[in-house]
Amino acid sequence: MNKPTVAVHKFSSCDGCQLALLNLGEPLLVLTDLVDILHFAEAGPLDENAKVDIAIIEGSVSTSHDIDRLTKIRDNSTYLMTIGACATSGGLQALRNMADTQQWIADIYANPAVIDSLDNSTAIKDHVKVDLELWGCPINGRQIVMAIRALLFGVLPVEEHDKVCMECKRQQTVCVMVTKNEPCMGPVTRTGCGALCPSVGRDCYGCYGPAENPNTQAMANRLQGLGLIKDEVARRFLFINSAADAFHQQGLRIKEAE
Amino acid sequence: MKPGYYFQSDLLQLLLDNLLRDGYTCIGPQVRDGAIIFDRITSVAQLPHGVSDEQAPGSYSLNHSTTSKYFDWANGPQAIKPLLFAPREKLWQSAQSVDGQISFKTSEPDLKPMAVIGARACDIAAMKIQDQHFLQQQFVDPYYRARRENLLIIAVNCARPADTCFCHSTGDGPFVDDSVDSNGADIVLTELQDGFLIEAHSNQGKKILKGLPLHDSTKQHLEESESIKSGASKQNRQLPKFDIKSRLFNELNDEAWHAIATKCLSCGNCTSVCPTCFCHSENDVPELDGKTSSHYREWDSCFSQGHSYIHGITIRSETSQRYRQWLTHKFASWFDQYGRSGCVGCGRCITWCPVGIDVTESLAHFEERRRD
Repeated sequence: MNKPTVAVHKFSSCDGCQLALLNLGEPLLVLTDLVDILHFAEAGPLDENAKVDIAIIEGSVSTSHDIDRLTKIRDNSTYLMTIGACATSGGLQALRNMADTQQWIADIYANPAVIDSLDNSTAIKDHVKVDLELWGCPINGRQIVMAIRALLFGVLPVEEHDKVCMECKRQQTVCVMVTKNEPCMGPVTRTGCGALCPSVGRDCYGCYGPAENPNTQAMANRLQGLGLIKDEVARRFLFINSAADAFHQQGLRIKEAE
Repeated sequence: MKPGYYFQSDLLQLLLDNLLRDGYTCIGPQVRDGAIIFDRITSVAQLPHGVSDEQAPGSYSLNHSTTSKYFDWANGPQAIKPLLFAPREKLWQSAQSVDGQISFKTSEPDLKPMAVIGARACDIAAMKIQDQHFLQQQFVDPYYRARRENLLIIAVNCARPADTCFCHSTGDGPFVDDSVDSNGADIVLTELQDGFLIEAHSNQGKKILKGLPLHDSTKQHLEESESIKSGASKQNRQLPKFDIKSRLFNELNDEAWHAIATKCLSCGNCTSVCPTCFCHSENDVPELDGKTSSHYREWDSCFSQGHSYIHGITIRSETSQRYRQWLTHKFASWFDQYGRSGCVGCGRCITWCPVGIDVTESLAHFEERRRD
């Protein structure tokens, strides 16, 4: 029986999420027993137009030729999975959506004409149908293994969308907001990271994007109560996942209220 | 209070040494990450000597105490619950053999004797409720039972309640119920200026007392203890006195639920620190090769989406419904299940709520409504 096929594609991104695959260690060898990886430029295999069962996409749509590439990938794949903040919400580079991109390019580059950049950085789902999303900046090996394993079983993976707080409490990490007044985004942020930042005593900065049912307004009020000025509160939402709907709307509401 | 025994503070290490010698893993309070947390101890030097906690809605901090006591604080985010009801544990593992047969292997419960020192009256009351849930139903939880049977509890009466405490009004503190053999604490300590009153509440406790050079307590000791008790009973918060159960059930559509939901983050911190909350979810973690899979149980919360997800439908999608679920269970339907309210007045849900929602205030609202 032929093994299921996988392709890993990169758009605008830092490659950190692909490292979640490359850094798997031994499980990576198990994975190559289970699937044929036909395209994964960072690891070696090159066949961008291969038809595959699972297409994994890192990175956001950011340059003019991205959409054509993306459409072909969608046509060539059964399941399309986005990995990381860039592919899932537009990423850190979506901060430029709130600025004058052409002006920035003109200010920075000696020859702006050679820069091919769309005004906005957008998520893959804004352009093609996405079957499943893995949030995180970057994602981790556990997430990608669980997702691929579920697809190989023929089911969709269980979505992890509870708040980071739930994981913090299971680990018995002492709340950094309640004890140290840290502006922790855990109560509105999606779990999956293993509550990494609070476990080392710092505040969550929301890199896994909005959790389900996030009360961003109450969160913003609390951050102001901790002494953050409105601009700082807005920046807590408009950061790594600035284009994720719940964070985007809340950030803009604060900015408009300024 | 009955006459009992007294020992000098400097004998506390002997008590600890005796427990360690008898094979107990000792768990006690200590300062970590700005809070009193419970973890392994081998020396009294690890105890929060001369430390007090200051608690308020959404706020917890530690200060130097005005005394040199070991237990001059109210509580921290957790005490007994995680020791008995593990935050996450593997229940079984399944494996598929080459011929396709699937076999199941149950995880064996942990059987190491453990002694916890410094639990409070509220923690003991909460544990008795969890005992009802995990041990006194049709199906007994073997993991909880194994740990419970191996747990020795040395409770310490409260001398200094936090601003958020209200155990006096729930009837669960500040002193441990001193009826002997109540299946709660094995030993109860009351910390005085320069020593401890010590009482055995179980046969195991009596055995441990025999290993200590104790003196009979004096009238002065008992008076000091009574004065600590009456001082610790003066608490800033209390449960409202009306019939909370019927009131809540009569106000399921009250606007108050929506008002609270504007502030509530639905983050589950309250239920996680609540010493009586027992909700959990179960999930499977297969190995990548698909041949073996582990089945885990972990703490869940009525504030999560998954808690009310049934076959494609989320019954409580809104925060107002989730908060109402928590309160109507804890303070109302809990009576039908366990014959009492599920609240022991420890105040943890108030302190550890990131936005400082005060459950006593939420309940008091319904009293005000009645007067309207």
